[in-house]
Amino acid sequence: MQLQTQTRPKVMSVSVIDDRIDAATAIQFKEKMRDITQAGPDRVVLDLARVQFLDSSGLGAIVAVKKLLGPDRVLELAGLTPTVEKVFRLTRMDSIFTIHPSVEVAVSHAASA
Amino acid sequence: MLPAPDQDGTAGRLHLAFLASPLAVRDSLARMLAAQPLRSLSPDARGTAEIVLAEVLNNLEEHAYPDGPGPVSVTLIPVAGGIHCLVVDHGLAMPGGKLPEGKLPAVETRLERQPEGGFGWHLIRRLTRDLTYVRTGGSNRLSFLLAQDG
Repeated sequence: MQLQTQTRPKVMSVSVIDDRIDAATAIQFKEKMRDITQAGPDRVVLDLARVQFLDSSGLGAIVAVKKLLGPDRVLELAGLTPTVEKVFRLTRMDSIFTIHPSVEVAVSHAASA
Repeated sequence: MLPAPDQDGTAGRLHLAFLASPLAVRDSLARMLAAQPLRSLSPDARGTAEIVLAEVLNNLEEHAYPDGPGPVSVTLIPVAGGIHCLVVDHGLAMPGGKLPEGKLPAVETRLERQPEGGFGWHLIRRLTRDLTYVRTGGSNRLSFLLAQDG
């Protein structure tokens, strides 16, 4: 599981380089995200633009990362591909995240806020 | 290494047998999606097929074979309106001899209550038709239709 991090003054973006987050990698994803986000800005944007497939284990891991950040920090999502978007929509987990079309939009949103 | 898919060119059906582990599930999904009959589906329907087959196989890997990888076979047969799927394993039966209800966890605004699981059977039920489970002779036989239009 490869993750690429970019930290700006008020937002950290984490891009998933792998093309899937599934049962074989969900735990690794969660642990790496926990390490990466241990310190840094309150706002974390997870860039999923390269991720073509997410199963329920991967979805559970993303929700777990959101919870690990705690009540004072926030996990937002960006760049959902069609199958990933379908999994979020059908499980209604799209309603507990702010979802941006792309990580660039998410970051510019922070600059203007 | 997994054996190559046993493909019958004329009928376009696919039969794949493997030992279910998380990595074998991933590898088998890739093989199934690259071969007929799934290869010819629309991108949307292929995405749906991958979600359903991944959830079915991951559940099986985790719950039918809790002590380690066990044998599973997947048969995909093109039929009118979609693809008929049969998944057979020789592991533990479903609890109570029937499929989980697949009730979606409630959407929770309280962070600590937000669900990290329980999505799998909901996805399977939402994305398939004619879902049938039979326990027979020490085997689990799950069959369903993946609609052509996704």
